[in-house]
Amino acid sequence: MQFSISRVAMAVALVATSTTTVLAADISGAGATFPYPLYAKWAENYKKETGNGLNYQSIGSGGGIKQIIAKTVTFGATDAPMTPEDQAKNGLVMWPMVMGGIVAVVNLDGIKSGDLVIDGPTLGDIFSGKITKWDDAALKKLNPKATLPSDAITVVHRADGSGTTFNFTNYLDKVSAEWHGKAGVSQSPEWPVGVGSKGNEGVAGTVGQTKGSIGYVEYAYAKQQKLTYANMINKDRKTVTPTLPAFQAAASNANWEKAVGYYEVLTNEPGAESWPMTNATFILMYKEPADKVASAEAIKFFDWAFTNGGKTAEELDYIPMPANVVALVRKTWAADIKK
Amino acid sequence: MTDMTMESEKQTTISSASLRASALKNFILGDMIFRRMTLTAAIVVLLLLGAIIGSLVIGAYPALAKFGFSFLTSERWNTDQEIFGAFAPIYGTVISSFLAMLIAVPVGLGIAIFLTELCPQFLRRPIGVAIELLAGIPSIIYGIWGFFVLAPFLKESVMPKLVWFFAPIPGLNTLFAGPGYAASLFTASLILAIMVLPFITAISRDVFSTVPPVLKEAAFGIGCTPWEVVKNVVIPYTRVGVVGGVMLGLGRALGETMAVTFVIGNSHKVAGSLLSPATTISATIANEFQESSGMFTSALLALGLMLFVITFIVLAAARIMLMRLEQKAGV
Repeated sequence: MQFSISRVAMAVALVATSTTTVLAADISGAGATFPYPLYAKWAENYKKETGNGLNYQSIGSGGGIKQIIAKTVTFGATDAPMTPEDQAKNGLVMWPMVMGGIVAVVNLDGIKSGDLVIDGPTLGDIFSGKITKWDDAALKKLNPKATLPSDAITVVHRADGSGTTFNFTNYLDKVSAEWHGKAGVSQSPEWPVGVGSKGNEGVAGTVGQTKGSIGYVEYAYAKQQKLTYANMINKDRKTVTPTLPAFQAAASNANWEKAVGYYEVLTNEPGAESWPMTNATFILMYKEPADKVASAEAIKFFDWAFTNGGKTAEELDYIPMPANVVALVRKTWAADIKK
Repeated sequence: MTDMTMESEKQTTISSASLRASALKNFILGDMIFRRMTLTAAIVVLLLLGAIIGSLVIGAYPALAKFGFSFLTSERWNTDQEIFGAFAPIYGTVISSFLAMLIAVPVGLGIAIFLTELCPQFLRRPIGVAIELLAGIPSIIYGIWGFFVLAPFLKESVMPKLVWFFAPIPGLNTLFAGPGYAASLFTASLILAIMVLPFITAISRDVFSTVPPVLKEAAFGIGCTPWEVVKNVVIPYTRVGVVGGVMLGLGRALGETMAVTFVIGNSHKVAGSLLSPATTISATIANEFQESSGMFTSALLALGLMLFVITFIVLAAARIMLMRLEQKAGV
């Protein structure tokens, strides 16, 4: 009895601490794990230049939205864009901060990055549990030269609500009838198969540990952990490798001027060079912030990042927002956020 | 110094009666404060328990009211459409704990018996200390070790053999159906078994050593083998303590969060095979509480309530079992 009590008490305490970690001096934000490597780097540089710190908790997009609505942070970060209606309902402003790519990562003996080619429908079949073995006919057909083992496929997905998952399932839903029928677009769908891990870090770690596994992570995580990524066949039936130019090619299709509330999803974009799983990551802030000083400080940081952060972003294989979009976002700040 | 003593002695004789009365009063006062303080402490525990149950029930009510009995039987866990069923986590919690006890109880009792009855003196201390150290390892360490070492080892070396071995045996071949996953119910059960082992061993060893030597010597004297002494003297004499140790271990297994979250696979599916990923109540709460809201939060709190109920049932069952045993033994 005592045991269960202490567990429950611990859980309660955990919840209590997790929602009250706002530091007075620093800019506080929480959300997406996808841009975390970049935000961390930006924060480091920003602190060097200005002395102001940024406290960013990479807890997942779902958590970020929840925390900004609970007003425990100055800004929330999410990869799954909030619909214009929801933005209006909650009195929030949203803008895109940076773009990046999601890659499928595998762990197979003798297969190196780029050795494996997958197309959307096949990826959908794998994540739906229709394809269960690495030497499945569909995979063999796409990879006539690779030696694929007859091992079972371990699908690795996110255990928490995730914007990366939103964009990934958005892509699968567009290209795979199997996935569309079984799960659909969601930050945390009912996974037909596989094992769950927490955060981009967790998925990367589990794939790195598990022979015969496949997962999906933001490109920076694949690179950091030296995971084996797969090449993809895009909408124009061209095989593409996940590189900065491929992400940029896909991102150039975005029409931010027309997107109401900057609601834009960049998966399965046309273009011979386009990487099919590209996405933007967004920042959410209040139109009428309770703490105007903190809000102004946060805007200062984002302004600094737009001006000075482009090179850092490219070094980490994120795509900076184009200049015209940045100008647009600055206008939005001036017009919508009360100082 | 001496002068003062003299002085006070004089005074004592004068007012000794009133002094004694005030001393007594002090005693009574101190006694009362002491009693009140301990009583308050005890009441605080009751209040805490009541508050926790109360807030769990209030928090869980919307989900329980909406899904009713199907909350227990449904396997669906859809956070978008807000359809929640707790069957998968309850199944995972109960099965992983049960399997862990299946492994840990015989091994733990075996170690305890060896240590108290059969072990050469020079080995007792090192083994005893090792077990106590094992009990002190934080669960996150077990999780990391399980994730990086145990799980890959089981997947590569053990699970294929299990699948092959049990394939021809009906029933067991579904329990051990391939393919084996590194993160699975089986891996989680094994980690839990290792985690509860020191509790069971340490407590059993302590209660075994309380058996009066004269009882054991008498048994040996009439020609009992060590096995017969353990079976007929040591275990019956100490069963309350042993069951207590087992229950403490079970309590830990049911509520264990961190280590299990690492190695169970966090999948809301009930698979027939033990080698498939699953989830437990505590792992689900740990993974999903942060981004939950509304009905989702309520469903997670309802899960917490289920864990509470399961633990309560287990403890009540243990009590009843002990009472039965005692009646049978006629103590």
